[in-house]
Amino acid sequence: MSNQKINISLINSLKNLLPAESVLIDAEDLHPFECDGLAVYRQLPMVVVLPETIEQVQSIMRLCHTHKVQVVARGAGTGLSGGALPLADGVLLSMAKFKRILNIDPLNAMATVQPGVRNLAISEAVAAHGLYYAPDPSSQIACTIGGNVAENSGGVHCLKYGLTVHNVLMLKVVTMEGDLLTIGSETLDSPGYDLLALMHGSEGLLGIIVEVTVKLLAKPERAQVVLAAFDDVGKAGEAVGAIIAAGIIPAGLEMMDKLAIQAAEDFVHAGYPREAEAILLCELDGTEGEVSEYIALVRKILIDSGATEVRTAVDEAERQLFWKGRKSAFPAVGRISPDYYCMDGTIPRRHLPHVLQRISELSAEYKLAVANVFHAGDGNLHPLILFDANKAGELENAEEIGARILQLCVEVGGTITGEHGVGIEKIDQMCVQFKNKELTQFHEVKAAFDPSGLLNPGKAIPTLHRCAEFGSMHVHHGQIKHPELERF
Amino acid sequence: MSEQDISAALQQQVLNALNNETPLNICGSGSKSFLGNVNHSAQAIEVTGHSGIVEYDPRELVLTARSGTPLSKIESVLAEAGQMLAFEPPHFGNGATLGGTVACGLSGPRRPYSGSARDFVLGCKLLNGQGDILSFGGQVMKNVAGYDVSRLMVGAYGTLGILLDISLKVLPRSPESITLARKCNAAEAITSMSTLLSQPYPVDAACYNDELLYIRISGSSRAVKEARAKISGEGISEADGFWNSLREHELQFFKNKTPLFRIMVKPATPPLAIKGSWLLDWGGAQRWLYSDEDVEQIRRQVELVGGHVAVFRGELNGREKLQPLPASSLIIHQRLKSSFDPKCIFNRGRLYPTL
Repeated sequence: MSNQKINISLINSLKNLLPAESVLIDAEDLHPFECDGLAVYRQLPMVVVLPETIEQVQSIMRLCHTHKVQVVARGAGTGLSGGALPLADGVLLSMAKFKRILNIDPLNAMATVQPGVRNLAISEAVAAHGLYYAPDPSSQIACTIGGNVAENSGGVHCLKYGLTVHNVLMLKVVTMEGDLLTIGSETLDSPGYDLLALMHGSEGLLGIIVEVTVKLLAKPERAQVVLAAFDDVGKAGEAVGAIIAAGIIPAGLEMMDKLAIQAAEDFVHAGYPREAEAILLCELDGTEGEVSEYIALVRKILIDSGATEVRTAVDEAERQLFWKGRKSAFPAVGRISPDYYCMDGTIPRRHLPHVLQRISELSAEYKLAVANVFHAGDGNLHPLILFDANKAGELENAEEIGARILQLCVEVGGTITGEHGVGIEKIDQMCVQFKNKELTQFHEVKAAFDPSGLLNPGKAIPTLHRCAEFGSMHVHHGQIKHPELERF
Repeated sequence: MSEQDISAALQQQVLNALNNETPLNICGSGSKSFLGNVNHSAQAIEVTGHSGIVEYDPRELVLTARSGTPLSKIESVLAEAGQMLAFEPPHFGNGATLGGTVACGLSGPRRPYSGSARDFVLGCKLLNGQGDILSFGGQVMKNVAGYDVSRLMVGAYGTLGILLDISLKVLPRSPESITLARKCNAAEAITSMSTLLSQPYPVDAACYNDELLYIRISGSSRAVKEARAKISGEGISEADGFWNSLREHELQFFKNKTPLFRIMVKPATPPLAIKGSWLLDWGGAQRWLYSDEDVEQIRRQVELVGGHVAVFRGELNGREKLQPLPASSLIIHQRLKSSFDPKCIFNRGRLYPTL
């Protein structure tokens, strides 16, 4: 796609603000920015800017506001919902140069970093103090803290340690008008409304995050993981409920189904039982003795729940290997299928057997395989729909299964996105989850921060007009209106 | 108390108030009416009748209840299942409701270690100032669809709407808990409490009162035993009573003459040189002060160390009780207020004069 429109006067002004190498307009320079982790959507922006100071960000925003030019912010580009998809006539604001850790304060267990600092780099930088930053999205080697805030990222440890919103104390944010706001504080709460909560998961629609102060936690003395195999996914689901009911909050509690197990095993040789219908990975952390105590308890619960095999990692290397299989599940599936489409619904856990059953029926109906990886502790499902974009109709079918899975999540009282965000990808499903009045309220929340509506427009919150159009196309229980018409 | 859904009746009252442009004062049990600036001339809208637990499945770790449900009722239902509200909310009165607790955003001693009221809110049903009933968030722990409006309601003091139903994450109670106490000065207490932040022990409350440092350790029996071996202090009896009295402001310390200032600072901040009597809670992060010093003087000193000050109890001759907001932030607050409550009918001025 190349329907960019060039605003010469804006670009000249940007070149006055920034060094020449920080304003990109040639197609070959723009290509690396044409998509994020959701590569099926691509668009070249009019211009990419790479500021390195807060003042530069403010100047860029003021300029864009004056010129009424739309702005899309971008971190590492690992997002999975197209939230950083550029606009043809817009500015893409890359925060890649904001890579400094500004302050580590071990006595107050906090650190202040620039938004382009990678998630894992924070934990590495504070490790010497016995501290770490808890949220650990699978992409933590690459994803940045600014993007984590924008998406309210989770990870495998968020059942016990919370999401990004639970682990950030303060943000500095530049508004569309170029004002610098401090949101939250270095203390445990702040006067006024909880704007900090609003900023988390706002997908770049409310402001540009230019500084982040995170809360740090003490590194647990010990972590240990148990792997359990089941001959039935329902039994694995029951076991999850039984662990929680016993009063145990595992540090991580993950489930994978057969297709995901086999793909991961073939890829990283984690030692997973290939014949199992489902495996659970249950990580316990805490003090030395506490972990031993809970491991014994969890093993018993798993066996009582009908596990065919229960294995405790013998050492740290095996623990890492068990996790490597899980964390590599997406690329592992990528090896067995030319393309895959990753969904992100969350459901109340008790509905898991029903939802998995429906997913397997949809998989049969559309003749596309679906592998399931599941943050079982908090009900966050990641069905991976396998398809081949080069085969006519498969992408459309994959998107349709995906949409129906998300509607199913809403029907059982869940949500269309647990941690990947709405972006451009799930914008139509927002019309399923929310009524017009709620969407209107969301638009008004945005207008409170960005009255001009120039920040990342078209993402996250659908217009009512879009929902009306989507509603007229909406497939309900497989019944499409006007089935006699061909659809492409 | 009968359990019922009176949201339709509440909606009608809001629509009537809108028609007549009558300001409303959202009333639960009144246990927190000392907080902020209550507009007593506004018409009361009673929400305690909107009561009852709507859904609770201990295995899901989620409870949904109507806002008028007594907090004590919720706590006893959770306790029967071995669970709790981990933010340990203060009641400040027998009739305290869930709605008031969430609207005021109050958390107890466990807050720095487990999270605040806002951290545990998953979703809400809201009656806004246009008389619409809206749902935000949900009953699941991970949910990034739409802006996090449910958490925005926490600490908004009802100025953005009437909370109808609220879903909360709940947690298992710890099997064991002990409290250790030892005598030391305030500076030593602050250092000890902040050092514990980087230690892997299950400390879930820490305060300094009357020359004694109190550390509560809660977890599995092995974890408590291991932590106890590493943390100095003598075990106290009646520990639950002590933490409850702290949470409810019933310790001897709180029998002082108002005003009572709530001072929020970074936990390791050394003792502040402001005259008065001090109690340090939340591991040093939330400090209570009875003082005759001028509020502006106190604010200046606290702002120097990056903190903020509210008058929690008592009046100051009409002066601002809450920490004033910077102009750039106040504008956003005002726009948010008018988006939820365009006629400004809910709890006018409770938080700030222009909201």
